Amino acid sequence: MSHQKKEDKGAMLLPLLKEHGVDFLPFVPDAGHASLIELAFDDPHIQPVVLTTEEEGVALACGHWLGGKKSALLMQSSGVGNTVNMLSLISSCNFPFVALVTMRGNFGEFNSWQVPMGRATPDVLKAMGIQVYVVERDDELPKVVDAALYSAFSSDQGVAVLLSQNLIGRKEW
Amino acid sequence: MLKRRDVTAKLNDMRGESRIISGLGSSTYDLHSTGDTDHNFYLWGAMGGAAMVGLGVAMAQPDSNVIVLTGDGEMLMGIGSLATIGVQKPANLSVIVLDNGYFGETGMQASHTNSCVDLAKIAAASGFKSAETIKTEQELESFLQLFQDASGPSFAAIKVEQETPPRSLPILDGVELKNRFRRTFNLFPK
Repeated sequence: MSHQKKEDKGAMLLPLLKEHGVDFLPFVPDAGHASLIELAFDDPHIQPVVLTTEEEGVALACGHWLGGKKSALLMQSSGVGNTVNMLSLISSCNFPFVALVTMRGNFGEFNSWQVPMGRATPDVLKAMGIQVYVVERDDELPKVVDAALYSAFSSDQGVAVLLSQNLIGRKEW
Repeated sequence: MLKRRDVTAKLNDMRGESRIISGLGSSTYDLHSTGDTDHNFYLWGAMGGAAMVGLGVAMAQPDSNVIVLTGDGEMLMGIGSLATIGVQKPANLSVIVLDNGYFGETGMQASHTNSCVDLAKIAAASGFKSAETIKTEQELESFLQLFQDASGPSFAAIKVEQETPPRSLPILDGVELKNRFRRTFNLFPK
């Protein structure tokens, strides 16, 4: 996992999010999202919002939409477990919702404690009615994130993009 | 002691064009009992989410006043929201907790605020511009006169009697609640 690769991902995703009119990036940080969060803090047109737990980001995104603005929630896979009941808002009201989820525990994981939630992440999201798109390779990332943003905001549904550890690189210990 | 329906009715009288987000359970019934309007977004679920839905609306519409009306149990479940709001400091957001010290919807089990937990102190320590605990009619009147004009975020824990007024139920259709609320901002009802 090179530092250069991480920076490229943030630099690629930020213009794409802005192109889709995303105004806010609520986040619980993850190393895999670090460059995107850093770039967003320096950008006057998109506003990062630090959260204490990921479920706050689900409710916040719904509030933003009620006021006519768009959010994309940034979190890691362990955070998906924290969102479960709050995701009922998405299904109950057909809120558009996009989450970019960096995966732990699924591809080259040192920390066994990350494995259970990593394994459960896609099933948990699907069980709550959220569509799951998986990205395994760098060159697929723009196309998949573009499709997720388009699907969510044009057809009022929840979409989570899972960024594999194969893509973001494993955490070195 | 203050009664929750009296407090809600007085709040509703003072709201003007404010949008109100209500937390699930009694707060949603209380708000609906004052008269239904498209300016209300009632939560029927998503416990712990009311303050963050309110923050989202306040951030998206900085020229509109937004009020979160919820109970102590719902606020406690989303207690971290107070820290998140404190960091964002939206001037147009007020969080009002009808604090009876009990989980009223589930059999009146005592909540944390019935013991030692002070929500107003947590809000103050989280960076709210104002945060108070209201116990008397006089304190309520002076809060209601001022809170929408002052620069927020503001927080009030209003201590209310432990009682269960008759339920007043809004529609359950979340898509309709969403669309009608968005129309108040002239947003295309998609």
